[in-house]
Amino acid sequence: MMSLLKGDRGGQIFLVLLTVLAVLIPIFNLIIPEGSAFHVSTYTVTLLGKYLAFALLALSVDLVWGYMGILSLGHGAFFALGGYAMGMYLMLQIGDRGVYGNPDLPDFMVFLNWEEIPWFWHGFDNFWFAMIMVALVPGLLAFIFGALAFRSRVTGVYLSIITQALTYALLLAFFRNEMGFGGNNGLTDFKDILGFSLQSDNTRIALFIASAIALALGYLSCRAIVVSRLGRVAVAIRDSEDRVRFIGYRVDRVKLAIFTFSAVLAGVAGALYVPQVGIINPGEFSPLRSIELVVWVAIGGRTTLYGAVLGAFIVNYSKTYLTGVAPETWLFALGALFVFVTLYLPNGIVGLLKRKGGKA
Amino acid sequence: MSHGHLFSFGRGVFFLAPIFSNQDVLVMSFFSMKNRILPFLIISLILLFSSSSFAETTNSESFKQALELLQSKSYNKKGKAIEQLVITKDERVQPILEAMLKARLFYTKEDKITVIGKKHDDGFSLVSVLDQKDLGVLSKSKLKKIKVNNKLRGVLRASIATLSLSSPDADKRLSAVKQMLGKTNDTGIAFLKAHLKSEKDTAVREKIETLISINDLNSSDKAVKLAAIKTLFNDLNPETRNQLETLKDSDDAEIATASQNALKNIQKKLGFYEKVNTVFFGLSLGSVLVLAAIGLAITFGVMGVINMAHGELIMLGAYTTYVIQQIMPNHIGLSLVIAVPAAFIVSGSVGVLIERLVIRHLYGRPLETLLATFGISLILQQAIRSIFSPLNRAVETPSWMSGALEINPALALTYNRLYIIFFCLAVFAFLYLIIKRTSLGLSVQAVSQNRSMARAMGIRASRVDALTFGLGSGIAGIAGVALSQLTNVGPSMGQDYIIDSFMVVVFGGVGNLWGTLISGFTLGIANKFMEPWAGAVLAKILVLVFIILFIQKRPRGLFPKKGRAAES
Amino acid sequence: MSALDKFRETMRRDQVFDMVNKQDYSEVDTSHGQILYVEDVTVSFDGFKAINELNFYIEVGELRCMIGPNGAGKTTMMDIITGKTKPDKGTVWFGQNINLLKMTEPEIAQAGVGRKFQKPTVFEHHNIFENLEMAMAGNKNVWATFRAKISSEQHDRIMSVMDTIGLTEQSTQRAGALSHGQKQWLEIGMLLMQNPRLLLVDEPVAGMTHQEMDKTGELLTSLAGEHSVVVVEHDMDFVRSIANKVSVLHQGSILAEGTMDEVQNNQKVIEVYLGE
Repeated sequence: MMSLLKGDRGGQIFLVLLTVLAVLIPIFNLIIPEGSAFHVSTYTVTLLGKYLAFALLALSVDLVWGYMGILSLGHGAFFALGGYAMGMYLMLQIGDRGVYGNPDLPDFMVFLNWEEIPWFWHGFDNFWFAMIMVALVPGLLAFIFGALAFRSRVTGVYLSIITQALTYALLLAFFRNEMGFGGNNGLTDFKDILGFSLQSDNTRIALFIASAIALALGYLSCRAIVVSRLGRVAVAIRDSEDRVRFIGYRVDRVKLAIFTFSAVLAGVAGALYVPQVGIINPGEFSPLRSIELVVWVAIGGRTTLYGAVLGAFIVNYSKTYLTGVAPETWLFALGALFVFVTLYLPNGIVGLLKRKGGKA
Repeated sequence: MSHGHLFSFGRGVFFLAPIFSNQDVLVMSFFSMKNRILPFLIISLILLFSSSSFAETTNSESFKQALELLQSKSYNKKGKAIEQLVITKDERVQPILEAMLKARLFYTKEDKITVIGKKHDDGFSLVSVLDQKDLGVLSKSKLKKIKVNNKLRGVLRASIATLSLSSPDADKRLSAVKQMLGKTNDTGIAFLKAHLKSEKDTAVREKIETLISINDLNSSDKAVKLAAIKTLFNDLNPETRNQLETLKDSDDAEIATASQNALKNIQKKLGFYEKVNTVFFGLSLGSVLVLAAIGLAITFGVMGVINMAHGELIMLGAYTTYVIQQIMPNHIGLSLVIAVPAAFIVSGSVGVLIERLVIRHLYGRPLETLLATFGISLILQQAIRSIFSPLNRAVETPSWMSGALEINPALALTYNRLYIIFFCLAVFAFLYLIIKRTSLGLSVQAVSQNRSMARAMGIRASRVDALTFGLGSGIAGIAGVALSQLTNVGPSMGQDYIIDSFMVVVFGGVGNLWGTLISGFTLGIANKFMEPWAGAVLAKILVLVFIILFIQKRPRGLFPKKGRAAES
Repeated sequence: MSALDKFRETMRRDQVFDMVNKQDYSEVDTSHGQILYVEDVTVSFDGFKAINELNFYIEVGELRCMIGPNGAGKTTMMDIITGKTKPDKGTVWFGQNINLLKMTEPEIAQAGVGRKFQKPTVFEHHNIFENLEMAMAGNKNVWATFRAKISSEQHDRIMSVMDTIGLTEQSTQRAGALSHGQKQWLEIGMLLMQNPRLLLVDEPVAGMTHQEMDKTGELLTSLAGEHSVVVVEHDMDFVRSIANKVSVLHQGSILAEGTMDEVQNNQKVIEVYLGE
């Protein structure tokens, strides 16, 4: 592990901070009493847990965009698919505690007068099956989509546009009640996970720690790719795809492998996100969501991995803050961020810090 | 002296009307016999022997009787009364029937006077129908409404239509005949037959003949029936189909097979027109797509700039239309005409501004351009939301946009769709001429093909860039004007079009205006053909998936730019 | 092309899944002494025939120079051999057993055809060492690339090539920071790392000083023998200094072939060059 972080100062700092957070937050939440100034509310824990899931998602985008030059405008789709897989498991855990009290069918199916559970819901009552699907479904979609797109050498803006079309098509599909995923309302009203109530502080803390671990592992695995020769080839593809072909690498396969891995990471992020926010709906597929998360990475700083994490935290914190204080300014701020970062901060905040550090 | 001559005598039936009432019981019974020839003989005879003054008095008697009959509770009797009123051909009849249709016909509880009421604060202000006397205002409780049911409403409409047959305007007569379709009774048919002799307009004649034939399908005379089936062999009126449906199980084998054959033929024709209709719908959807995409074909196709704010430029065009309508609320049609150049200027200037302030700094970095313009799209959306409210705005449609061009009973092309197709083609032609024929267009082509060479030839490339982008944006604004007539105008309307627009441009082949046109129409028609079995949403998804797969096979679209330059 | 043809082309099965048509490209068989057979190759862009019935052969260990005016089809010819452009007709065989027209660029590169581009393209964000490391011959599958570790022999090999191209001092410098001539050298170094049987070198001395040119000439002549080398070049002095056999390309086909002197005295060649 140490060899992975050699020369990665930002990464070292990030992992130390993450460890500290993962140790201190549970203490401040569970042990320090509620009245104390040091007490961290469960609301804050959940919020932080959500940011951690977003950070993992940002990581997956940086891996393909920063290192391989693939600007995916559809990564939200992989995130959402992972989230839906988790949501389906949680939905089936509700059992007969739903509004309609049907032990076999989730509420929305009862509402739609469905007789039995659709075939693709089978198995999702098993946690481990659901977890496999969390990785498999986004991975498979990315694999099929990538196999077609990369083989035909669809690159640059064309690729961006068709990834956007992909998530848009999924958005429309998941809005349909007939799809069997709760339509417009999505999946919600979850009760518990692995038998633990989602409302309890302990479960919240456990989910928070799980997110932190997933983020750390995600970071290290991205790092492992980036420092390998494969990572160097990926960057070479970003800079001059043709040339890589002429020295004998199968560009399409390299892209496919990394793209698929990235989609799996995004799926895992989605699966961590859903139990913490308690809902998954088709809105996650909206092209706006996907493009927004590209901006997290851009703001944090591309091609550093930890920059993506930083960006996810900063943008999402600003969003939480601004939508609370002055909701109408949020889109102005986000829009201005897009323009500002692309025009003046091509390397994001990390680039700014590095330049300052270099001068000092 | 033939009765035909007599009928044409006084231009229409009005002259003849009093005569019917003379022997109305007799006439009615003849009509109910469904014999087509006899009543006319009788009428002619009566005509010969009657004097007009005598007729007039008895006619007013009949009018009075009918009014009394109207007050009865039985709908059947009311129906008879209506028939009787129509036969009188009295000038007062039409207002009565119209009032009845609008539930404004009453009679006073006290005197049983039939009146037409106009809504008033204290009830209704009344005019007696018999002598047109103003009876002042009476409260609702002192009146009894003459009620109608659905069947009577049909009869009323048909009867009103019968009365309008005498209009000098051929269009009015035609629509009157159409009104009578499937709702008319024997009286109406008799009127039509009478009217047919004097009708000069071929369209009206045809319509009347069809109507009579449909009526003949009910005839008890087998020969008449068969003849009617034969004449209606190609008729597309739903009424014909209904009648034939009942006849196809007829006990008479000849009639059954004849109507089955006719039905089969009609179904075949209907299927064809349904396809034509789908193509028309597809073309109109395609026009919307082309309009939305054609500006993008300039900015993306010619300049290679990914403008994610394109949808918002469309939205600005739509809002421009809204604002202009607010300024001149009484001239909706004119406001629309003014909105076209206005939207071009508004969206075009915003486009030039975007190009000068942002895009200029990002040439050669398409992915960054994409992100920056997306940021701009968010800002524009929020700005509109803050200025106009997040709710949809109502943009009015001028009256000439509503209605439909009826080709035949199975195919009616709505004017708004028709206009959008023409508008789209006009915009396309306009743009095409600009690109191919003007010096700006030549400069645009030169810059897009070889920037440094163009500059060496004295073309100010950066100015051309700004103008090109402005042109593409302005066209987006014009598209917004058109879309404001079709869909909701709201701050996020642009989002609905941006992905579709990109798909159209990419599918058609980047940098190719014709490609965009054909691609838009193709996708529109494909979408509409899938809709019936897949549903609108699924059809859209399928089109998206198709394009995603298509781009894999042909990354450069249907009509790619050719040559070595395109390879690199 | 008719709509039907276009449709057919769109639907071609062999372009969808490459695993369907695998071919064996093990060792190249050159038992007849030829390493490259280009026969009857024609390719046109928009009706313009860039290559027209082109025929030529390269022997094992040969150093061949190709000259010709602009637009003679030199670069297109290289595109065809390396799999970037597919010809309309004709055949291109590598040795007796490998059909290059059925292969993708990376497959051709793996089979042993290396190419240096006209415009030097090196990976600007990588340093010299990394550039050479990536080009190194070996298993280039995804997983193997991910797990790759540099053995001491491989390290030595990289260092020796670095020495050959004279960039040892800059080994950890970003390639993007190199001068134009250095980039040319680095690209040649990457070619050496691939250890190809056939090298296609497009304008290797463009932008080089005379000294550098001499060094490049030396390097290319030293490579010939063990490798077969095809050099496309405009600089006649350079060509004269290295070549023993020269082919003149004109309007997409071979106009003349022979030693530099023979070619220069060829009447047709003189017409073409002086006539323009």
